[in-house]
Formats: sequence, structure tokens, C-alpha cells
Amino acid sequence: MLAALLVMTGIALVLGTALGYAAIYFKVEGNPLAAQIDALLPQTQCAQCGFPGCKPYAEAIASNGAEINLCTPGGDDCAHKLADLLGREFKPRGAPVEKLKTVALIDEQSCIGCTLCIQACPVDAIVGSAKQMHTVISRYCTGCELCLPPCPVNCITLEEEPRTPQNWRWKYPITGLKVVT
Amino acid sequence: MSYLFVILGAVLVNNVVFVRILGLCPFMGVSKKLDTAIGMGLATTFVLTLASGTSYLIDHYLLVPFDLDYMRTLAFIVVIAAIVQITELVIHKTSPLLQQVLGIYLPLITTNCAVLGIPLLSAKESYGLLESLLFGFGSAVGFTFALILFAGVRERLDGADVPLPFRGVPIAMMTAGFMSLAFMGFAGLDRFHH
Repeated sequence: MLAALLVMTGIALVLGTALGYAAIYFKVEGNPLAAQIDALLPQTQCAQCGFPGCKPYAEAIASNGAEINLCTPGGDDCAHKLADLLGREFKPRGAPVEKLKTVALIDEQSCIGCTLCIQACPVDAIVGSAKQMHTVISRYCTGCELCLPPCPVNCITLEEEPRTPQNWRWKYPITGLKVVT
Repeated sequence: MSYLFVILGAVLVNNVVFVRILGLCPFMGVSKKLDTAIGMGLATTFVLTLASGTSYLIDHYLLVPFDLDYMRTLAFIVVIAAIVQITELVIHKTSPLLQQVLGIYLPLITTNCAVLGIPLLSAKESYGLLESLLFGFGSAVGFTFALILFAGVRERLDGADVPLPFRGVPIAMMTAGFMSLAFMGFAGLDRFHH
């Protein structure tokens, strides 16, 4: 019992002294802003922000302006504090937005047959020839929107693909957590 | 020859992550990109080898003579954490290059379960100094190996058409499970020298 106490106290004393002296002798002046940012982060080192830990994330924010709303454990609260500290705009942590697949649709009444959209289409999903009406093969269309700018009569629109059992997916339940004060 | 089996056993047969299920937090957390995975692997190798050595010395010269085997967990965790912190401070001051490669990862693994578990295991197996070091080093190589393999898979998963409910962590968990199953194929590889 006494031996255990003495050994552990001895280890703690020796290591504590060594750490204390190392902190003084090997002190490196870092970016003070990064240290301030680091103090606001939750220090869970979970790496969900995409950086290896809280300190690297803090340094990334301080030096090359990484987004301030990437911290999952800190949540909006942490992002607010960072926004206050850095004088940046607060952005809510984005919920995943589901974007439906779209396909281009040519209004065949207005099409003048200029072939400009055919040249723009990267996947050859538009058929037609000069002075003939064009149309989109919706099966091949990727919804890339590259055919929209060249059209001189603006007769191309993007339509959302109708929902079918093949492209339907569960929606994330988005419910805000209530803060109890 | 038995040293070779200690390493082989630690890398493949009793892989820290896949078979002993230790060190899962960095395994899931830092495996999104290949280059961070390599950095983390290198840092873990360094820390784990260092931790195995120091823990052996503490165990052999301090705990065993005073009959304090039951204090291992406590003593190891304090010593490893302090040694790693001191090393990090020294590296930060002396070598900017090494700091870039290892420095940012060192505080993260001051003591994770793998870094504490491996010295405890080698104390339980009553390995000698060289065996402890090799066991620590081998386990860390196994950890690095697992982390790099998994990061490679996860980078490809990013581009794969994963059903929406499984995107992100769920598919990563399932992948980890499958890789763990695959590593069971190495079971017994270290036995035939007995």
C-alpha cells in the first residue's frame, strides 16, 4: 500500500517536473489566433471536420480560412462563438439537401434548329440537324445544364425527373434540437 | 525465429484493429484520406514502440520489485502520456520537418486504447525488452497497415454509388466489419513454431 503510494507519487513528481521544464525550455511561439480558436473547440479530437484534430482545424481556420461551421460536436453553438471571435458571418451547419435528378427538355414549338445545343452537349443526348427541330434523349441526359447558355431562343428548360420506385429515397428527418435554458 | 513470429503475429494474426478491436477511434476518425492515414500510422508506430519500451522499463524495474503488478494500468497511462507529451514538445522545438509529419498526430494518440493495451498485453505475456519493443512495433505496423488499407477503401467509397441511408459512417462500419472478417483468415499463422 505504502509502496504503491510512494511509487506512483515518485513517478508523478518526476514526470510532472520533466513536463514543466520541457514546457518552458521547448516553448514555441505559435499563432496566437490559432490558440484562441483552439480554446473554443470542444477538444474531442474526433476529426469529423476533416482535419486530424482540434488544433489542426484551429490552425487551418486561422491561416487559410477554413469554414468555421465544420465542427460536429461543437454544433451551431461553437460556430456562433467562432463567428464572434473572427468577425465572420455565421453559417448554419448544412443539412444534406437532396437534389432530384433533372433532365433537359426542349420546347419544340420554339426550337429554331440552330444545332448550338447539340455542340454543347457533352454526352450527345440531343438529336436533330440544322433547321430541323431538336429533341433530348432523356435517358442519356445528365442534367449538366451546359446546353442552357448557348440556346439563342431560351427554349430549353430543366425538368425534374418524376419520382419512381427506382429513384425514390427516404428523406432525412430534419428536426431541430430544442435548447433547454 | 521467435522474434519474427512475434512481429508476424502482431501485424497479421492478432492485428490490433481487426482482431483485438483496439484503437478504433483513430481508425474510424483519421481514415478519410490516405495521406492523413499514413501520418497517423507513422505517429502511432513511433508512440507505440516508445510506449512499449518505457512500459517494460517501468514494469521491470519499478512495479515488479515492489510487487505492484496491479498498478500497471495506472502507472503505464501516466508514464506513456507524459513521455509522449515531452517528445512532442521536443520535436516541436527541434525538428520542423518531423513536426509536420508526426507532430499534429502525436497529441491525438497520447494514450488511446491501443497504445495502452499493447504494453499491458506484453506485460501479461512477460516479454523481455527486445520482445516488448518488437511486439509494440509490430502491432503499430499492423495498425498502420489496417489504417492505410481502410483509408484506400474509404476514398473509393466516396465515389461509389452507395444507397443514401448507408452513406458516410454506416458503410464505413460495414466495410470495417468485412475487413475484420478477412483478417480472421490469418488465424493460426503464428502457431506452427510450437
